[in-house]
Amino acid sequence: MADIAIDNPGGVVLLMGNEAIARGAIEAGIGVAAAYPGSPTSEIIPTIAAVAGKRKIHVEWSSNEKVATEVAAAASLAGIRSFAVMKQNGLNVASDFIVNLNMTGIGSAGMVIFVADDPGGMTSSNEQDSREVAKWFDNPLLEAQNAQEAKEMVTWGFELSEKVNLPVFLRGVTRLCYTRGNVALGKLPSGGEKKAFFPEIWDMYNPAKSRFTAGPSQVAHKNLHEKLKKARALFEDSPFNSYAGPENPELLIISSGVCTSYSLEAIEELDVADRVGALKLGTVWPMPEKLIEKRLLSTQKVLFVEETDPFIERSVMEFAAGRLPEMGGLAFYGKRSGHLAPFNEQSADLVIAALADILNIPLAPRDPGYRKKAEEAMALVPARPINMCAGCPHRATFWAVKNAIARDGRNGFVCGDIGCYSMAFAAPGFYQARTMHAMGSGIGMANGFGSLGDYGFDQPVLAVSGDSTFYHAALPALVNGIYNQSNFTLLILDNSATAMTGFQPHPGTGMLATGAPAPIVDMEGLCRSLGAEVRVCDPFDLEETTDAILAMMQKKSGARVIIMRHICQLLKAKRKIPGECKMRVDDEKCLGDSCGCDQLCTRIFGCPGLMWDGAAKKAVIDEAICVGCGLCADICPAGAIIREEARP
Amino acid sequence: MADLSKEPFNLIVAGVGGQGNVLLSAFIGMALVREGFTASVSDTFGVSQRGGSVTSHIRISRGVACSSLVLEGQADVILGMEPVETLRALGEFGNRAVITIVNPRPMQPTGGVSYPDLDEVRQAIIKLSARTMFVNATEEALEMGDPIYTNVILLGALAGADVLPVGREAMVEVLKARFPGALYDVNLSAFKKGEELIRDAAGIFS
Repeated sequence: MADIAIDNPGGVVLLMGNEAIARGAIEAGIGVAAAYPGSPTSEIIPTIAAVAGKRKIHVEWSSNEKVATEVAAAASLAGIRSFAVMKQNGLNVASDFIVNLNMTGIGSAGMVIFVADDPGGMTSSNEQDSREVAKWFDNPLLEAQNAQEAKEMVTWGFELSEKVNLPVFLRGVTRLCYTRGNVALGKLPSGGEKKAFFPEIWDMYNPAKSRFTAGPSQVAHKNLHEKLKKARALFEDSPFNSYAGPENPELLIISSGVCTSYSLEAIEELDVADRVGALKLGTVWPMPEKLIEKRLLSTQKVLFVEETDPFIERSVMEFAAGRLPEMGGLAFYGKRSGHLAPFNEQSADLVIAALADILNIPLAPRDPGYRKKAEEAMALVPARPINMCAGCPHRATFWAVKNAIARDGRNGFVCGDIGCYSMAFAAPGFYQARTMHAMGSGIGMANGFGSLGDYGFDQPVLAVSGDSTFYHAALPALVNGIYNQSNFTLLILDNSATAMTGFQPHPGTGMLATGAPAPIVDMEGLCRSLGAEVRVCDPFDLEETTDAILAMMQKKSGARVIIMRHICQLLKAKRKIPGECKMRVDDEKCLGDSCGCDQLCTRIFGCPGLMWDGAAKKAVIDEAICVGCGLCADICPAGAIIREEARP
Repeated sequence: MADLSKEPFNLIVAGVGGQGNVLLSAFIGMALVREGFTASVSDTFGVSQRGGSVTSHIRISRGVACSSLVLEGQADVILGMEPVETLRALGEFGNRAVITIVNPRPMQPTGGVSYPDLDEVRQAIIKLSARTMFVNATEEALEMGDPIYTNVILLGALAGADVLPVGREAMVEVLKARFPGALYDVNLSAFKKGEELIRDAAGIFS
């Protein structure tokens, strides 16, 4: 949204956390940025891509996070600063490479990995705390409080990376990525010509110097610990750590990231600034022990405020356990004590409750009379269940799947996967998906179910994968299924984009991250070349699609793939492609409550473009939402939903 | 430079995914920064593109940035893009002094969940607000030919209500920077439509 390459040092603009992070990487003079889309990080790559030509940055959407990290690492080895971006699930994909990259170290140019966790699971299926991974892998990790600091930390992260010869993690959370705040811009690099070159470094008598190939692990591992020691020393006086409060506070809060803002607000709200001190940790791992020791010795009680695991809490308690004579009397509060929860987001309100309990401050509701009225009114407020969009092709696909499985009658089921179509586990996809785990896991698990024939397993198995997911992690499982002759049908839901994260292009779209044209990696040809029988359907042709699914399900062997091809409705709107038709409900034909369908269109089919008129007891079209896909005309048993002429 | 009547000043924008809530909130934030305020704009959502509730927390201060989330019961203004979502926001962030601007057109939940009686919702909103102003933004947007203008009409209404420390000039500048050529013209007329509507909305005091 903002002009991210504006050359105005000191100027203040409103940037989303993700935009600030992109700006930080640009200010640091990166030459390469790579990622696979994953909310809450999805805006970073497009923000950099928008200025890639001007700033001479190679930006790419990689086919998955491991490849993205490898692409970035190679740039570092060749002397070009590089940036890899991923959400917490993506870090798991990239982990096998990173844990080995730590052993070899990087090249002469720094490498920063931004990883965003998702406390509250706003855009994720888990609440993994990636700080644990940094500790597990022996990686330095910084954690930013807000957009301004995130920008500064990215830039400094490159310096640190070069000083310690390791990739540096910057950790964020959804709340950081998606909060917009004031950001003071720094200087843009002059962009002098850099030549990428990969130097040969090999010393057979000193394997420790032989970088870029895994040498003897025990030597490399020892080096890694030396590097961490160096990082720890640098962290001791980092300006990203700060303390505010009395010299000897009654209670010390130690916090990191966005939780620091919650803590400071809680202190202000309870008016306890004279009793409570706040230590903000920006350099979270390795922990700056001298700084921690100094603060621990100044107090009797410590409250940890962090998301999501008690990571700092455990690290500090572990440290204090080694200093028992001086620190034995400390009382620790946080997730272990139950004052805060090791799941979901934190907030100033939650910190207020924890602080009040520890400090014995009675907490009365601010205005009990008003609260009572508000609570009564809440009885009126219904839940608003998530749904697929009006005109979503996935709704058509799962309607066909549901009918095909019913017609087949052998308890067939769908192994679900990650994308908008994950919603198939619930009402929007008619409860068709019976498993849902990681990217590509649907087809991997279908491989397994489809191999149980010797144990009498005779249920038809369907797997679904989005088009982007197909290239990310489904492909190896398809190869496996064909090789091991598992019995399943793969449905690739090809809606021409990585829709859930914001329509990013992928290898099947013919477009690069920058919008420039790219060769199309043809999924149809690819599946055929692997030996699969492939059909392509338009899911809006419900009858043909249902027949195709049924026919494929009923085959006894051989790999089967159906590509469900129809563009994402939101992408269509973005490209200003008009709807096919104008829909209306024929009042005469809609029998309403007296029809035997029991509100099939609004209650089961559930497209947001259809409403139930409670007064007339009939269905109506919401013209502010309906996009004119025409599908509901095919599902109404009374033929009351009418497709009218094509829209102009 | 305008003064802050209270620090932080908290605005909640409540709506449903797809209504343009996030962009509207970003516009307000940009206008605030233009005027020298410190703004924090944070969107809380389920799966927002797909019909879930979206609540944007806009916090205005001088100097140090606030945390992302408004504390319980501490909204100064609630801009509701949808009645039930407005009431939901009042339940969490409302208080005796809150000023509420509402687009009264309901967005039906899906999945067989029924919408409550609209008049009861309106009455509850009025009861929980110090002052309520209804602005038929969606209807006006449909009249303009596209419900997409709903959010800019509401932005105009918010500017016209004169409840924020930032005025119309900064908001218009933001629209100018965001929309090129003819798009600016149509958005400016949507903005003006909002200003007009709020002038006519008498404001109901509870």
